[in-house]
Amino acid sequence: MRIVIVGAGEVGASIAADLSDAHEVVVVDVDPERVERLTYDVDALPVEGDGVEPGVLEDADVSEADIVVASTDDDETNLAVCGTAATLGDPFTIARVQKTAYLRTWRRTRRAFDVDFMVCTDLLTAQSVVRVIGFPTATDVDPFAGGRVQMAEFEVPPESPFAGQTVEEADRFDALTFAAIIEDGDAVIARGETVIPAGAKVLVIGAARSVEAFAAAVAPESAIGDIDDIVVVGGSQQGFLVAKLLEERGFAPRLVEHDEDRAREIAERLPKTTVMAHDATDADFLERENVGEADVVVSCLDSDEKCLLVSLLSKRLGADRAIASIETAEYVSLFETVGVDVAVNPREVTAEEITRFTRERRAENVAIVEPGTAEVLEIEIDSESVLAGRPIREAVADLPSEIVIGAITRANDVITPRGDTVVEVGDHVVVFVPTSASAEVAERV
Amino acid sequence: MTERLRVDWRASLALVGSVLKYLAVPLCVPLAIALYYGDGGLVAFVATIAVTLALGLALERLDTDPDIGTREGFLMVSLTWLAVAVVGAIPYLIEAHGLPGVVAATHPESTLGDPANALFESMSGFTTTGATVLGQISLDAHSRAVMMWRQESQWLGGMGIVVLAVAILPKLSVGGAQLMEAEAPGPGLEKLTPRIAETARALWVLYVGLTALEIVLLYGLHLLGPVVGTPLAPEMTFYNAVAHGLTTMPTGGFSPEARSIEAFSAVVQWVIVPFMIAAGVNFALFWHLWKGDPHHVREDAEFRGYIGVTAVATAVVAGLLYTDPGLAGVAGAIEPSLRHAVFQVASFVTTTGYASTDFNAWSAPTKYVLLVLLFIGGSAGSTGGGIKIIRWLVVLKSVRRELFTTVHPEAVRPIRLGGQVIDEAAVRGIQSFTLLYFVLFAVASVLVFVNGAAIEGGLTTLEAVSVTASTLGNVGPGFTHFGPMDSYLLLPDATKVFMAGLMWIGRLEVLPVLVLLTRSYWRS
Repeated sequence: MRIVIVGAGEVGASIAADLSDAHEVVVVDVDPERVERLTYDVDALPVEGDGVEPGVLEDADVSEADIVVASTDDDETNLAVCGTAATLGDPFTIARVQKTAYLRTWRRTRRAFDVDFMVCTDLLTAQSVVRVIGFPTATDVDPFAGGRVQMAEFEVPPESPFAGQTVEEADRFDALTFAAIIEDGDAVIARGETVIPAGAKVLVIGAARSVEAFAAAVAPESAIGDIDDIVVVGGSQQGFLVAKLLEERGFAPRLVEHDEDRAREIAERLPKTTVMAHDATDADFLERENVGEADVVVSCLDSDEKCLLVSLLSKRLGADRAIASIETAEYVSLFETVGVDVAVNPREVTAEEITRFTRERRAENVAIVEPGTAEVLEIEIDSESVLAGRPIREAVADLPSEIVIGAITRANDVITPRGDTVVEVGDHVVVFVPTSASAEVAERV
Repeated sequence: MTERLRVDWRASLALVGSVLKYLAVPLCVPLAIALYYGDGGLVAFVATIAVTLALGLALERLDTDPDIGTREGFLMVSLTWLAVAVVGAIPYLIEAHGLPGVVAATHPESTLGDPANALFESMSGFTTTGATVLGQISLDAHSRAVMMWRQESQWLGGMGIVVLAVAILPKLSVGGAQLMEAEAPGPGLEKLTPRIAETARALWVLYVGLTALEIVLLYGLHLLGPVVGTPLAPEMTFYNAVAHGLTTMPTGGFSPEARSIEAFSAVVQWVIVPFMIAAGVNFALFWHLWKGDPHHVREDAEFRGYIGVTAVATAVVAGLLYTDPGLAGVAGAIEPSLRHAVFQVASFVTTTGYASTDFNAWSAPTKYVLLVLLFIGGSAGSTGGGIKIIRWLVVLKSVRRELFTTVHPEAVRPIRLGGQVIDEAAVRGIQSFTLLYFVLFAVASVLVFVNGAAIEGGLTTLEAVSVTASTLGNVGPGFTHFGPMDSYLLLPDATKVFMAGLMWIGRLEVLPVLVLLTRSYWRS
């Protein structure tokens, strides 16, 4: 594949290095020095110039590209790059953003800003932190039907209550369909009697809130130990998202932010979090608020040195684990040696996600579950469809046996398909199909 | 050296004039009743209409294009309520004194011949208090027209005279929101529609609809009685159905019957209960319900608090009544104890002031429960008086926060109501309002108590406290000598005028009136 990467900072360079062994990579950057350095470090074609200039993108031969990755440090530039690229050619566009607002907009239509896939650094970092604390988070979430339906993959840890259960036993969620069990790269259709083995991934399709409920339940109490006191230090976007994800999993974390106004803003948006406005590097304060009793202290401060300081201080006071978000990649291993239990680097997390995604290239409204095995399609029902106007129980007889109808959306409602559900013309159905049958399904449905 | 006044009082007065001019329209209702029944009051209402028209037109000439700002709004709203109460007292005076040279007094024995009494009665009407100084409440002692005017004044005051003015006067569409804010019960104004006049109209349509529904139900019971063969509501004539319909939804409490709602059957009492409770709900919620959004109602923190308080108080009072050996016919009987409990609790919580029985006969603990309820006062945006559930919720939550931040001084805790964050400025406003209300109540109680020495036997503490809380909260009845079957007639004239002021201040929720007394309001 031909891949154009705009922005060769840490994220862009890292993606370029990971992908250049298997693909043709073109890297565009405004900074001549970076371009110069890349010429020698990475086996890629460097182009100097501004990625929002049509001329520059033409130089990078964007019309021939399969994928364009916009990974500069500026959100708006990245969106503009995707828009420009979509105007000049028809590549699959990937944008990296910091603001979750863009991500929320994009999740509504999946074509907003001409972006085909959006990666939010802060959200990925927060998810990564929450995963480190011990909660399984979806390894992959794809929105369908304007975000009302989600498809998500979850790993089922051996301690999970679902491990070893049959699908029928595990299926106690409203508006949620178990589509498939993925083990060792093979997707198996989830039937009522299918057993969910420990360590496998389950693929669920359903209303967004049901997917969240499932995410909370798939984490067994024992897997996260006796964690109940989590302190987040730093009210940056990352710190805020960590606290928010923890709230969604039923926790009431504490959050320390030195700026009064920001602390107030966070307190207003997170009802279950106890927000404190104070400088977290003040040892007296940490002691007074018993931060030493905490099970986990997460530092998301704007300076890496402060993150280190807070981690070390709270560890000395007795905190069990210290997790820090560290901007500078070089510090990660150093900090882990001196006492930070886990250091998460946002750029690395982002680069990994984009690389992973690019490798498993996906097209619009088609999510490839495991490359080459199965797909999830969103199809609008017209009068020609074998599903139209019939209960699902009857209609499936005319379809390949391996398919699972995950969810149906009608106007603004999400309907959980059951045997007697009648599909109407105009509904959108989200179907899980093995790759071998996908052409047949796409034609008949 | 005289400083220029910073308040455009001419604009305010001109708008008061517009309201007075339109007051002639509702005055036509008692006029029609006087014509229909022919039992007096015709001249009284013709004269009052003439006075209000003349006064209104004269005031309107002060400023032909009034421009209303925040300050003018406070002045206009405060003065409107005062002016309407004064004009509304004229029929009472004419009924007792006649009009020299035109007509003789039709009811010379009426206690409302005393100007202090007439003002008290009129203010009690418009502010939906429902405390009366009538010596004899019966259609023999007064004309039907005057008795209906008492009821109608409460109905006009319930949803708010200014809200009505905003709904119908196009020139108030700009400053209308501020005017409604100053008049509407509760700490904030919820705009339901983009145009304020439409919001005001929507509120009045709901109000009229609920009132009409109650009248139909009450009169329907009366008509149904003979059909089913049992007297369901023999006393509930069409006149009485209208009269009580007009004073339930505004949480008023006036009744043309001396024994209030005790005069009617148990069925009638049960029918009135849901309407009293509805009157204490924020009318914006009915609007959401009407728009097919019941979720909004269920999630409303104030509504839940309101229903909770009413339910708990009802349970407590019902328990006390059921076990009170002194109450023949009620003690040990489930239906009457439950009925009187829910009726009286709803009547007090919503500040209606109806009585289904003489609660003066109840035990002291029961009466003290009712006394506490005088300070609750329904929801914001309802027709009730008092402090309001929403303020209590915010005050309680801020106290809880205070306790928490004593231990964790750095904690930042916004106050939430049903998930919505309340702005800190609003929290401070609510705290100071509540404090001010209690200070005002304490000072006024002392004044009422001291001045009460002028009457024979003086006032007991419970009497002074209950009548003050009752008038300030626009409830109506007090305890002992000022109970639901008695009147405020015994009080000295000075106290009555003072109480008319308390009702006025209480209806406008203190600040719009008190702000007029500050120097910084008038200067710079």
